[in-house]
Amino acid sequence: MTTNPVETHGLGKRYGGTVAVRDLDLTVRPGEVYGFLGPNGAGKTTTLRMLLGLIRPTSGGVRLFGAPPGPGSLRHVGALVEGPAFYPYLSGRRNLAVLADHAGVPRSRAGTALARVGLTGRAGDRYSGYSLGMKQRLGLAAALLKEPRLLVLDEPTNGLDPAGMAEMRRTIRALADGGCTVLLSSHLLAEVEQICDRVGVLHGGRLVAESTVEELRTGGALRVVAGPEDRARDRVVALLGAERVRADDGGALLVDVERDQAPRVNAELVRAGVDVHELCWSEPDLERRFLELTGGDPDVA
Amino acid sequence: MWRDVRAELAKQAYRPASWLLLAIGVVLSATFAHAVPYAGYRGAASGAPGAGRGLAEMLPAQFAGNAIAGTPVFVGALALIFGVLVAGGEYGYATWKTVLVQQPSRATVYTAKLVTVAVGALLLVLALLAVSAAASAVIAALEDQPGGWPSGTAVLRGAGAGWLVTTMWGTLGVLLAVALRSVALPVGLGLVWLLAVQNLLAAIAAPLLDWVAALQKGLPGANAGSLVAALGAPTGTPGVAPLVGAGQAALVVAGYLAGFALLAGWLLRARDLD
Repeated sequence: MTTNPVETHGLGKRYGGTVAVRDLDLTVRPGEVYGFLGPNGAGKTTTLRMLLGLIRPTSGGVRLFGAPPGPGSLRHVGALVEGPAFYPYLSGRRNLAVLADHAGVPRSRAGTALARVGLTGRAGDRYSGYSLGMKQRLGLAAALLKEPRLLVLDEPTNGLDPAGMAEMRRTIRALADGGCTVLLSSHLLAEVEQICDRVGVLHGGRLVAESTVEELRTGGALRVVAGPEDRARDRVVALLGAERVRADDGGALLVDVERDQAPRVNAELVRAGVDVHELCWSEPDLERRFLELTGGDPDVA
Repeated sequence: MWRDVRAELAKQAYRPASWLLLAIGVVLSATFAHAVPYAGYRGAASGAPGAGRGLAEMLPAQFAGNAIAGTPVFVGALALIFGVLVAGGEYGYATWKTVLVQQPSRATVYTAKLVTVAVGALLLVLALLAVSAAASAVIAALEDQPGGWPSGTAVLRGAGAGWLVTTMWGTLGVLLAVALRSVALPVGLGLVWLLAVQNLLAAIAAPLLDWVAALQKGLPGANAGSLVAALGAPTGTPGVAPLVGAGQAALVVAGYLAGFALLAGWLLRARDLD
């Protein structure tokens, strides 16, 4: 049986009277890209720090490849947590050489990792002179030093320009395609949508949803643009009930029905003499779903 | 473990502040243990600290004692700053997480840091000995005096005592950095203790209050001063006074070193790294 790269059971962290994470059961399966989604302050970074042994849970436990966080299990883990942090007076290459020593891998891996993130040309420059994007890429290079089987990335595209974000996402996807499991924390819905296989939504320290991106977006509605609007609404309500009909921001009707009921709705409207201008299936976007799950927390991009 | 030591040594070797501290230590020692006393002897700096010292105290026979005379206070302060930088830098740069996610245990990295402090202290003491030996040889040549050097055993004992004292102060720096999880505050508090509180206790409180005088004999600075005094450091130097015997002083300084190291290690292991 294959051991899951990450498993938590009843994981919790309390700071005095504040509960940062509560009763978290999380499983990241081998080879998947798991998106850890949540608004700022939801407990994402606290959870990642517990996974990596930087902070101790106040309840529950963590297993990385079946073992508690520690030198043994971290041998297979690369991580970038809460932004890159390096020694400013050392060059990028020297920073990675020092970390290679700590990781117990050959210093030559520094050059390979730098090439992988496209920093070879600036490897000899001091870290203090790096742009935010370069620092972020050096952070990813450090996470790749051990050629990890599990990559834990906390908001890895922070500070990157659009091209840099796209490149970072391509790199992460390529690593995953190469067999590396990725646990990616983000509050960027588009990012999660693009590269993640499964998503866990954290809110107020709790896991409020966990599914594939597709599943998270199920529950689409039939979008109807018809006139007169009042008459159209009355007919659909008469047909399906008021609880299944709502209006969107543009005045169109959103009807909660199965896809195969669309012709029936159309026929009813036509029969009633309503002009049907548009009838289409509306996929719910991830942002709407996310806002529903997190109670409309605005702190999300 | 040794790769962690290599990593820690590299961090400090490439850090300009480490070499600045070494240079300051050497310049301070050369200035106040040799240049000023010699200028005083030649009549050019009467009234300056150490200016009344006789020629015999500046000659090669006394070089080891002169070299370690600053370790209870001024050189000790530099060692304390080095210790704070070694441990506190990880808090200041937020690099604990960067290091620890690479796999090493906290205990391994911490031990590597203590080894780095000890190596840095040894380099500092060896540099002080070299400068002191060179300065005393120059003075002997200028004054046409015989260059009688101390025995190898005496030099080794002086070096060992200086190393013990500077490592103890460096370890106090590590403890303050871990306890306060920063750099600036530990340096400030450490220097206040070393340069102000210790001197106030010795110069003002101890002569007036018997219990302070008794208490002082158990403090790290007083024992460091007693240890180097027993090994030839001039007693006019700040912090150098034979308050207790050399054996007790060595044991107490070693005890403080071990105590600081254990307490800092326990704190680092017990607390979360945010």
